[in-house]
Amino acid sequence: MSPRAFDRRSLVFLGLLFIVVVAVPLANLATAPGSWAHLPSFAVSLFGKYLCYALLAVALDLVWGYCGILSLGHGAFFALGGYAMGMHLMREIGPRGVYGDPVLPDFMVFLNWDRLPWFWHGFDMVWFALAMTMVVPGVLAFVFGWLAFRSRVTGVYLSIMTQALTYALMLAFFRNEMGFGGNNGLTDFKDVLGFDLQSDATRAGLFVLSGLALALGFILCRVIVTSKAGKVLVAVRDAESRTRFLGYRVESYKLFVFTVSAMLAGLAGALYTPQVGIINPSEFSPANSIEIVIMVALGGRGTLVGAALGAIVVGAANTLLTGWFPDFWLFVLGGLFVAVTLFMPRGILGVLERGGPARPGAPAGLAPRRKEA
Amino acid sequence: MTRPHRLIILAVLCLGIASTTAFADETSLREIAAGFVGANFSGVSETAQTLAETGDPAAAVILQALREGRLHWMKSDETLMIADRDGREMRLFELFSEEPAGTARRRDLSKVKVNNAIRNQVDGLIGGLTLLSPDPEARRSAVTAVFERRDPAFLETLNRAIEQEEDARLQALMEDARAAIVLADDGAPLEARLAAVATIEARGGQDALSTLAAALSEDAPPALVDAAAEARATVEARLKIWGYSQNVWQGVSLGSVLLLAAIGLAITFGVMGVINMAHGELVMLGAYTTFFVQEIIRTSAPGLFEWSLLIALPLAFLVSGGVGVLIERGVVRWLYGRPLETLLATWGLSLILQQTVRTIFGPNNREVGNPDWMSGAMHLGELTITYNRLWIIVFALAVFALLLLVLRHTPMGLQMRAVTQNRAMAADMGVRTGWVDAMTFGLGAGVAGLAGVALSQIDNVSPNLGQSYIVDSFMVVVFGGAGNLWGALAGAFTLGIANKFLEPVAGAVLAKILVLIFIILFIQKRPRGLFAVRGRAVEA
Amino acid sequence: MNKALAGLALGLGVVATTPAVAQDTIKVGILHSLSGTMAISETTLKDAMLMLIEEQNKNGGLLGMQIEPVVVDPASDWPLFAEKARELIEVNGVAAVFGCWTSVSRKSVLPVFEELNSLLFYPVQYEGEESQRNVFYTGAAPNQQAIPAVDYLMDQGVERWVLAGTDYVYPRTTNKILEQYLKDNGVAEEDVMINYTPFGHSDWQTIVADIKAFGSAGKMTAVVSTINGDANVPFYKELANQGIEATDIPVVAFSVGEEELAGIDTGPLVGHLAAWNYFMSADTDANHDFIDTWHAFIGDDTRVTNDPMEAHYIGFNMWVKAVEAAGTTDPDAVIDSIIGVSVPNLTGGYAAMMPNHHITKPVLIGEIQDDGQFEIVDSTNGLVVGDAWSDYLPESAPLISDWRKPLSCGNFNTETGQCGGTGG
Repeated sequence: MSPRAFDRRSLVFLGLLFIVVVAVPLANLATAPGSWAHLPSFAVSLFGKYLCYALLAVALDLVWGYCGILSLGHGAFFALGGYAMGMHLMREIGPRGVYGDPVLPDFMVFLNWDRLPWFWHGFDMVWFALAMTMVVPGVLAFVFGWLAFRSRVTGVYLSIMTQALTYALMLAFFRNEMGFGGNNGLTDFKDVLGFDLQSDATRAGLFVLSGLALALGFILCRVIVTSKAGKVLVAVRDAESRTRFLGYRVESYKLFVFTVSAMLAGLAGALYTPQVGIINPSEFSPANSIEIVIMVALGGRGTLVGAALGAIVVGAANTLLTGWFPDFWLFVLGGLFVAVTLFMPRGILGVLERGGPARPGAPAGLAPRRKEA
Repeated sequence: MTRPHRLIILAVLCLGIASTTAFADETSLREIAAGFVGANFSGVSETAQTLAETGDPAAAVILQALREGRLHWMKSDETLMIADRDGREMRLFELFSEEPAGTARRRDLSKVKVNNAIRNQVDGLIGGLTLLSPDPEARRSAVTAVFERRDPAFLETLNRAIEQEEDARLQALMEDARAAIVLADDGAPLEARLAAVATIEARGGQDALSTLAAALSEDAPPALVDAAAEARATVEARLKIWGYSQNVWQGVSLGSVLLLAAIGLAITFGVMGVINMAHGELVMLGAYTTFFVQEIIRTSAPGLFEWSLLIALPLAFLVSGGVGVLIERGVVRWLYGRPLETLLATWGLSLILQQTVRTIFGPNNREVGNPDWMSGAMHLGELTITYNRLWIIVFALAVFALLLLVLRHTPMGLQMRAVTQNRAMAADMGVRTGWVDAMTFGLGAGVAGLAGVALSQIDNVSPNLGQSYIVDSFMVVVFGGAGNLWGALAGAFTLGIANKFLEPVAGAVLAKILVLIFIILFIQKRPRGLFAVRGRAVEA
Repeated sequence: MNKALAGLALGLGVVATTPAVAQDTIKVGILHSLSGTMAISETTLKDAMLMLIEEQNKNGGLLGMQIEPVVVDPASDWPLFAEKARELIEVNGVAAVFGCWTSVSRKSVLPVFEELNSLLFYPVQYEGEESQRNVFYTGAAPNQQAIPAVDYLMDQGVERWVLAGTDYVYPRTTNKILEQYLKDNGVAEEDVMINYTPFGHSDWQTIVADIKAFGSAGKMTAVVSTINGDANVPFYKELANQGIEATDIPVVAFSVGEEELAGIDTGPLVGHLAAWNYFMSADTDANHDFIDTWHAFIGDDTRVTNDPMEAHYIGFNMWVKAVEAAGTTDPDAVIDSIIGVSVPNLTGGYAAMMPNHHITKPVLIGEIQDDGQFEIVDSTNGLVVGDAWSDYLPESAPLISDWRKPLSCGNFNTETGQCGGTGG
């Protein structure tokens, strides 16, 4: 692990993350309700959700910011991870469903399924489900990437293909015959690993886990991008053909980083589901994936820290604006996206750090990209 | 809908005046019709039957008013009136003469209620009464109604009508109707009924199928039952063959919708390389322009309604095109060379446009009417061709041809191609690249507006209209090959037809998923789409 | 960056920790999407709620206090529904929430209401198979809409059935129930055709052609449509253009009301049917007053009223009455006092809250008229009690719901004598 992985920015980020992960549960659990320092449980889950988005955005930044693969389908990997977790949580309900069926989830019972479909087996075991939250998105990304990168589908074409992928998955998961609960998705979870999902302690636990996952995911990405392979990735981003002519197997690098990113997205999804309490096909919607891209761009592409920051800002903006200006929050949000692309090409992080020392590997968004002929 | 009915009334009136003496007089008709006042459904049904049995064509006028829900009675003195809604008031007409008779408040009138069963019955009754009408349109709808009803009571009139008929096609229809009646009549001789089976088999189509299935009662002779079953099989086999052409037609129609939605994008995305996520919203603006035009026509010049779409076309082009130019000048031009960032900015713009429309026009669907020439269907063999789809296909192809012309054969098009192929060199040659960019984007946006006018005829006009087309239109452009209008054309029709052949087999949802997977795999084979363009622009 | 993060955290913290402490008003949450795909239906309900609250305040408020509406926008985003519900209850301290549309939004917020013990009034027809202590279902259950509609069509001589729906839980369940019901009434299997389409389906050529073909078997055919909101306009346009009139193949819809028809030229659709518990055309004084108030409130007298609005009208009045009876807005007290509360509906009868948290409703069958209104052609004799657990689904037939003490159970199994969902 190269020491370069932990530059000043990364350390500040990890330090802040650590403080948040410690302070939030404390403010929720260790203080009396009503005291000035008390944080309502509502906020804990909310922050936990932001952290999941942050991990997802970091994963996307790894492929977009460092390898130039703009995925408009990362929501799909996130949702698949979420579904794998959701399936486990459904199985954990056991006989406590409204119909009291020990095996079948409620939605299967009232749609007259007589037995569990084959792909639901194994999800009662937590290790299997957890593995699946990363294996399924990983395998999908591997297959898709293997096909696409080998055929040299690049740039906008690749973006639109990833969009087609998530759109197709959304339509598929909407189908009730698929056995994933159709439009309603999976919901009404009771507990996770035996802990009651409605208790404050479980919530705080999930929050801490999300924070840890974000930290580990971030460190993993930093290690990748500061390694030698990371340099090749940046080279691929800036001049793919040239890198190929230099003898690098561009496809393999891309495939590796795309698969890792999808697995991280799956992990984020797995942590998201129990905190939000529902996973359903709208997570696959192309609009959701675009929103992730916007988070990364907003925070500052190609910085990892910026991605996390952008995710938190967009998440918080959604929360606050929909409450403050229910009738015209879309104007504010839309205007924000336009303004950021026009006036803050390096994102929020770029603005915050303006005047700081010039860094190598500055965000690629700014420099006019060379066109390859 | 209303036009033919008015014709019937007119025709019936002429007939009625010519032969008043031959039939029951107005007073007795009035007496019978009084049975409508305060009647429940079965009472209304009986009264209608009695009215029709007078055989007086004037009865058809009352029945027609009943059918259309225009028959009312005054609560004060229980006189029957024909009344039309006009805002909060009702405009009144005399029962037989249809002379205007002033207005009344809605609460002073009570409507003679009808339901589907009564409408069905009345259709048949009017049919019987208007078989001899001098107006061919009236006779046509009459014979259709008689065919469906198979009521032996009409046989005599029908025979007379067949003798008098001069139009050969109408005569054939009347003979079909007679065959249907004979087929259903257990009293008729077997040979006549077998001949009837043959006649109806020759007619073909779905109504032949249902007649063959439904006309026979339980104690029909076995020979007849067998003949009918055989005829059904023949008709079904014929229908199946036609089914394929129906699929092709539907596919072409879906393709034309996709083409319209995508063709503007083929310019902004394909030619200019701007990922315009607000494209769908530009389509939506076109649809709302149509709504707006129709709304103004409705309030100030109702006579122009048939022309509303033609009026809306240039306006929609200007509105969407204008917004497009604004977007280009205000946002997109700062982002050239960074195509992926145009995605973010235009996504933001699409949110803003959606919410703007929602704020101005409300979140609900808006009603955009179909002019008469866009309504209904014609039959080509067993093919049902709806006029709106037909016109949309024609329109899509026309827009396509026009765009091709503009790009290939105008100075403007030449400059556009020059700028997209090599901006610096074009600028050196004195092309005002900024202006050309704005015009190109505006053209793409304007075409999206045109698409909106067409889509308003078949889809919801709501703030969400654009979003439902955005993914599809990107697929079309990418599949066809960005930067090539012919690619968009081929892509749209291929995807449309593929979808329509898969849909009967796999169902609507699965068909769509399969098409998407097909596109993903296809792009692996041809990473630049169906019609790949060589050159610098494509790698942006 | 540190500052920004800290500022953000502080900002959120402030929002999150400002519960309404000293109450001089009673807060009521309105949880309807004002943007996104569902805004098309839900925005009207938000306005209707604001109107009802305004009217109540004009009449002196509640318990001597004014009612204050709290509007949020869950943006047709299901997880956001849960988040907003939590915000309304925990942060704004609302006494009750009126909102949601579609089952998935309700399923998403259910755990929140259960955990925080608050009240939700859900105003839309739904598939049943649910009865939750904190939720009051003021829309129709399948037995209050679908089955009476099918009965009516059977009376009209329909023998062949197309069950067409959007592929989600409500159509699936309703069609399951109807399929069983039709079978019980002697309809042969080949006389039932079931078809599902995706959300927002806009190309209906194939399906309408199929329906036409299915209808040419010589038996009277009808379509029972559970097609969801947005897809209806293109569906009806295609029906009209392919020349399917109500006299040939009538379509009875459960999700098409006055609001949906406002986007269509109904001339060619005259005679197609809908089954609801309220139509704007209902000729009663209460309804005329309601419409007048609505038009005055919204400032546009072309706006229509519809069934879910009536459901909110009933639900809100029930809640007001229950709060007055309990003398407090405390959820537990209201849950106890609301059962048996009866308030006038808009069609000239009374709606009563039953122990299963569903209400009594009349079922009306309406035919579409060319002015976009419905004409009521049939109605059930008397009121129908909403059935949470359908008798036509084998798994739910033995279940009943009764939230009165001592049973207090939403899914009591009469065969095993146990309350489900407790693991025992």
